[in-house]
Amino acid sequence: MTEFFTQSWSWWFTGLVISSIMFILLFFGQSFGFSANLRTISSCRGAGKNVSFFNFNWKSQLWNIVFLAGAIIGGTLAGTVLNSNEPIVISPSTVSDLQELGFSLPTGLQPDELFAWESVATLKGFLILAIGGLFIGFGSRYAGGCTSGHAISGLSSLQIPSLIAVIGFFIGGLLMTHILFL
Amino acid sequence: MKFLKFLVIGILFGIMMAKSEIISWYRIQEMFRFQSFHMFGIIGIAVISGIIGVMVIKKFNIKDFNGNPIVFHPKEKSLIRYIVGGTIFGMGWALSGALSWTDGRQYWLWILKYGYRIPFFYFRNLSLWCVA
Repeated sequence: MTEFFTQSWSWWFTGLVISSIMFILLFFGQSFGFSANLRTISSCRGAGKNVSFFNFNWKSQLWNIVFLAGAIIGGTLAGTVLNSNEPIVISPSTVSDLQELGFSLPTGLQPDELFAWESVATLKGFLILAIGGLFIGFGSRYAGGCTSGHAISGLSSLQIPSLIAVIGFFIGGLLMTHILFL
Repeated sequence: MKFLKFLVIGILFGIMMAKSEIISWYRIQEMFRFQSFHMFGIIGIAVISGIIGVMVIKKFNIKDFNGNPIVFHPKEKSLIRYIVGGTIFGMGWALSGALSWTDGRQYWLWILKYGYRIPFFYFRNLSLWCVA
């Protein structure tokens, strides 16, 4: 049983867990969309007075903040007690592509070149995270959802806007990976 | 406790995000280089099982636990918003990874990547007016 939680999960099992979470939330009368939290947090801080976008009943979205808090706890558990401490196994061709870009062999879930303190303390490292964060924040709010809201909830209920947004996710990701930066 | 169930589902969600390696920057790079099936398999299975489940809910008019009908809110119709917003999100996704803060050992990263965004949302509306 402990092994079940410490090992990494297979793709088909993960896919089923994701849609199950969506259905559990639907059953409790809510919809699955993570980035809606950013709007809720801003609204609590009084943005509704100035900006009509935030002028909605943020109390009705409190459950989503609780869900977010749970996700942080769950992530902490996964990173500590449930951590197998084995390096992530990714495709050898990705490893060699990344090595050409100056990334060493994977040791944990995330590359130290991007996420370790020493890297973030440099101007380049700081800007990568700050710009990435800005893009994710602005993009997900402007498109009305992120991977959970559009790719999972939206596509499941066969919504064209979500399909357009997911195509956008890939245009952006491919641009960044193959042309702009990486 | 009304919110307890959402806390529990959230914890499951956080564990899933880490154990499935969805939040790993390496996995995201692998996906955008089309060098592994992992992420596509996850999204594919989630969407296919999601579509089937939504069809079942609609067909049998399944109610939620309060007895209310389960409704699916149609997204607003727009092309520019979704394609532009989606592309910007995708660029950020490839650059620094989305949701990597659920990693749990990196709260400071969360503050860096998400915290400063909150004041930014006041400003956000300006650019929205320009495009929309």
